[in-house]
Amino acid sequence: MEGKFYKVEIITSSSKFEELKDALNEIGISGMTVSNVLGCGMQKGHKEFYRGLALDINLLPKIKVEIVVCDIPTELVVETAKKVLHTGKMGDGKIFIYDVKNIIRISNGAEGRDALRYNK
Amino acid sequence: MNAVNAADTSFIIFATALVMLMTPGLALFYGGMVRRKNVLSITIHSYAAMAIVSIQWVLIGYTLCFGKDFAGFIGDFQFLGSQGVGFLPNANYAATIPQSLFMLFQLMFAIITPAIISGAIAERMKFFAFSVFILLWSIIVYDPIAHWVWGYGGWLKNLGVLDFAGGYVVEISSGISALVAALVLGRRKKLKTITPHNIPMTMLGAGILWFGWFGFNAGSALAINGVALNAFITTNSSAAAGIIAWSICEIASRRKVTSLGIASGMVAGLVAITPGAGFVSPLASILIGGIGGMLSFFGVTVVKQKLGYDDSLDAFGCHGIGGIWGGIATGIFASKAINSAGTNGLIYGNIKLVGIQLIAIVATVAYSAVMTFIILKIMGKFMSLRVTSEEEMEGLDVSLHGEEAYGGTSV
Repeated sequence: MEGKFYKVEIITSSSKFEELKDALNEIGISGMTVSNVLGCGMQKGHKEFYRGLALDINLLPKIKVEIVVCDIPTELVVETAKKVLHTGKMGDGKIFIYDVKNIIRISNGAEGRDALRYNK
Repeated sequence: MNAVNAADTSFIIFATALVMLMTPGLALFYGGMVRRKNVLSITIHSYAAMAIVSIQWVLIGYTLCFGKDFAGFIGDFQFLGSQGVGFLPNANYAATIPQSLFMLFQLMFAIITPAIISGAIAERMKFFAFSVFILLWSIIVYDPIAHWVWGYGGWLKNLGVLDFAGGYVVEISSGISALVAALVLGRRKKLKTITPHNIPMTMLGAGILWFGWFGFNAGSALAINGVALNAFITTNSSAAAGIIAWSICEIASRRKVTSLGIASGMVAGLVAITPGAGFVSPLASILIGGIGGMLSFFGVTVVKQKLGYDDSLDAFGCHGIGGIWGGIATGIFASKAINSAGTNGLIYGNIKLVGIQLIAIVATVAYSAVMTFIILKIMGKFMSLRVTSEEEMEGLDVSLHGEEAYGGTSV
């Protein structure tokens, strides 16, 4: 197993998702897992009204993008994401980077770097 | 005399089907406002009313409401088991349509009325207890009140009360009973965190209610005539005015118009015009709906929050408050020029009608409240009315009915 793998996890506002996806595609990232999540951090929530009920909502809908990279440096991914997502305000989100032990593609049993690449 | 008129009959068949659709509409309207774990339980309440009240009605309900008068209080067993209810009109009620059709039309009102109450006890009442409750309530509360107000010889009808399409019989009776039921059952847990799970569903339900209400109000003329069309127009105008009034209240207090507010204002407007639909002018209906919307807004945003009762989906806030206002408004705006069978109201110089409408309100409110309280208290001696704390947290769909609305991970 050659090289190291990293998982980059980006949690951010869903409003910039399409831009982020395009930018990641441009640096050669074609695979990702995306989930709708709820979360709270520094950002204050907003008020919602349901008839007589006024609620402070602080769990906000966010989007979580998970990418596993090997050949593409994590710094490039982070820079790209920051460029697209940065507004300077609370609520821009966070990026987490993890080590990944191994990758196995289920369809052909390829492992490690091969599992990330498709045969051209 | 007593000849069936084909046009009137076709119209009331259509109106009956329209009113029937209101109960599934109510199920959607309510279903969207509860949490996803309780949407089936609240939906089932409406469908249970369709099943239980339908049978109750053909067996004894119709005759208790519209059988031969006994002491101004209730009908006798003249039509027990719907015997003698056939193609021949009953001239006491509708001289040009078959009595069997009149019975069916009235059935649809009897169904939706207890279904409205489910909005106040949502997300916490046992299904079995609710089923028993609506059966008892239909016999003990609905049937007598319908007889008082609409039955030939009923004491409120003799007094001269005007209730065109059920402002008293349907709206006040269910709205007040809903409030009492909410108080008896108590509040839901974690009340301040509960939000609707599917507002588009509620909006669709509200639209179906508006649609069905044309049958409810215009159909209550029981014939195709100027009164029916006047009721059609006043119904539509009042719903529209209710929406606008509620929205203005929202803008004034929080600067945002909500879709749930639009649905609520609409229902408030429709409720408010129900007793007067065939007695007041289209211009008056705009005022009635607008004031109805404002009063209901005040009821659910100020009164309910201050007093802290858990009328979960505002059955009292919309139907009780709107119905009471509608009863008074009919006393103010009714006009003999609109409906010669009616009476002139306050603005035409007859202050007496307001008094009669108020007496009927007091009677309906007191009777519904006391009887609902007694029914629930006696039932409570034999069965538990409320689910356990664990069942409530798990959600009634799974704990009471063993199914999920938006099932697990199945794809």
